[in-house]
Amino acid sequence: MLPVEISSVKKYYGDIKAVDGVSFTVEKGEVFGLLGPNGAGKTTLIEILEGLRKRDEGTVKVLGLDPWENGYELHKKIGVIPQEFTFFEKANPREAVKYYADLFGVRVDPDEILKEVLLDDSAGVLFENLSGGQKQKMGLALSLVNSPELLFLDEPTTGLDPNARRAIWEVIRDLRSRGKTIILTTHYLDEAQQLSDRVAIMNHGHIVAMGTSDQIIAEHGSGERLEIHGTEKLADHIKANTELKVDFDGKDLISIQLNQKIDALAALAAAEQSGLDWGEIHTRRDSLDDVFVKLVSGIMDEHGEIKTERNNRKPGNQGGSR
Amino acid sequence: MFSAKRTISDLRVFSRGYLRNKFGLFFGLIFPVILILIFGAIFSGNSSGTITVYVQNQDTGPFPTQSMDVATSFIDALNHTGTVNVQLVSPSENFSRYLADHSSSDGIIIPANFSADYLASIPINVTVYGNPSASSSAIVSGTVIGLANEFNLRRFNGSSIIGLTQTTVNTEQTKYVDFLIPGLVGFSILVSPMFSLVNISSEYKKIKLFKQLSLTPLTKMEWLASKVLFYIVLSAVSFLLMVAVGVFAFGAHVTLTVWLIPFLILGPMLFASLGMLVGTVTKNPETAGVVGNIVTFPMMFLSGTFFPISIMPQYLQSIAHVLPLYYIIEGLNAVMVYANYAQALLDIAVVTVITIVLFVAAAKVFKWRE
Ligand SMILES: Nc1ncnc2c1ncn2[C@@H]1O[C@H](COP(=O)(O)OP(=O)(O)OP(=O)(O)O)[C@@H](O)[C@H]1O
Ligand SMILES: [Mg+2]
Repeated sequence: MLPVEISSVKKYYGDIKAVDGVSFTVEKGEVFGLLGPNGAGKTTLIEILEGLRKRDEGTVKVLGLDPWENGYELHKKIGVIPQEFTFFEKANPREAVKYYADLFGVRVDPDEILKEVLLDDSAGVLFENLSGGQKQKMGLALSLVNSPELLFLDEPTTGLDPNARRAIWEVIRDLRSRGKTIILTTHYLDEAQQLSDRVAIMNHGHIVAMGTSDQIIAEHGSGERLEIHGTEKLADHIKANTELKVDFDGKDLISIQLNQKIDALAALAAAEQSGLDWGEIHTRRDSLDDVFVKLVSGIMDEHGEIKTERNNRKPGNQGGSR
Repeated sequence: MFSAKRTISDLRVFSRGYLRNKFGLFFGLIFPVILILIFGAIFSGNSSGTITVYVQNQDTGPFPTQSMDVATSFIDALNHTGTVNVQLVSPSENFSRYLADHSSSDGIIIPANFSADYLASIPINVTVYGNPSASSSAIVSGTVIGLANEFNLRRFNGSSIIGLTQTTVNTEQTKYVDFLIPGLVGFSILVSPMFSLVNISSEYKKIKLFKQLSLTPLTKMEWLASKVLFYIVLSAVSFLLMVAVGVFAFGAHVTLTVWLIPFLILGPMLFASLGMLVGTVTKNPETAGVVGNIVTFPMMFLSGTFFPISIMPQYLQSIAHVLPLYYIIEGLNAVMVYANYAQALLDIAVVTVITIVLFVAAAKVFKWRE
């Protein structure tokens, strides 16, 4: 039995297709990252998995249970940080952990859990006086109280300072090393890359790419390119004198698709031969960021393939160095 | 499935939060006591039972013997009635000016030659100043007339055949305080659970706290039970405080019996459920607040909280009869003031039915998740 098995899950809100036919499985011990722009449907999907929302269509099995029908049973085995975690204003983290422990009927040392999420120094501060990041940490602490085998973390690090983010990453890595399964949403691609075994990119209720980040880059990225700073004239010259696919960004960047590394030699020979001036050269390949931007801002054709207007790409948004 | 342990855990967190919130504490415990103090003070204005009356004695003598100063003995006798508290005014003052300066309408002038004329059996008038619309003035002139009769009889060695035991002057006021306590107890049973549950049930829904709680083994029944329990305890504490203040500050007459218990349990349960219902069926906390007020305010004033509904016009009385609080206050009055247990039993029955209906409705409408 896989911890999470879903297929063709749909959830519509009137005309809005919040989740529009999503299928995937998550393996035991895996960290599964869910990426996607605002409104992509991540929270809706996660809450369907948690049993907080009812799907319109599709099958959902979480730890072998139907979350909507058997939510009460499921909730004892999962841990959740909702997006925008809130709690009783007049309770402090220590009391909150104690409260959850009482509700779940488990014995825990609140201070130990709070230490784990680096909140032990504010264990006695009322929730209303905690900073945004401290509130998030308290949410994480509460999700751990019942020692869940499966965790749903909806944007656990949003609003955290870099140190606190790394601390949460440590907690997540530690959970992973203890064999817990984790489904995580985030807007930080580095976070997804650092933590997840696999990521899925969601857009408009669909999953548009899924796999390890290398797989996604290989599948949806442009492969290796040679970039030369030069004029359009130079670009045309290279194009005329090689078999290569050459793009010009309209300003000063020529981008040449390299099918194999040796292609760079032909391109440079053509450039040299033109007698024209050219500046800095380097090679680069798409990062997960590039692929993400392409996937979510690109226009999809009927096969779900992304068409991007490479010629319109502005220099600088590729993250390449100048 | 229902776990008392989880209910108690939730109760502990909730009551701790409540106690940390000065505002809730004020409205739950302090405010009802303040109400008793204010209303009690207003309506038993002279709680000693005496009316201050200014007396100008123009009969300055001379008196060959002490016993010939009838004016002074008349004033002493006035002072000993226990009904009025005599303040002597110097004969040189302009009396009506003086009364106006002291914002008082009650005054008596003993004319010059009062004693001499009395002893000579020459008719003489005592002037009583008063405000015809004030009940205190009627009491003052009544007292003076009574005293004058007594002196008239004594002059001819007669004695009163019909005596008078003066205990009735206080009853009006005492009655009001006695009636005020059940009314204000009802008021506090209504206000705290009602406003609080309207507020938290809509607020928790908005910030998705219910969703979060649904991810724990706490059930919504347990959650609701813990709120109801809390407000039962709060109402009991505020009840005891109010009764204590009523009895010690205003000498209220209150009968404490087990018959009060059903009202103190059902009342908070009823209004917690009603508040829950309002908070749940409304879209957001703002609407919930408005609807909560619309439901609460008529009940606050028309159920016999601050004044008996018998003084209200008939159509308002009919409205009162559909308000749940009316039956709670009627029942509390029946128990605390009139010891009319048949009436109380009827009220308990009505309140039980309303409570069950509202509780079941609240539990049904109230959703943990989407
Ligand atoms: N209860 C609801 N009623 C109506 N529309 C909803 C509801 N919940 C979600 N939606 C819509 O469904 C879409 C997906 O929302 P969702 O919250 O799942 O996005 P998300 O991927 O989590 O976004 P974010 O990154 O901003 O958190 C949005 O267009 C949202 O407006
Ligand atoms: Mg979201």
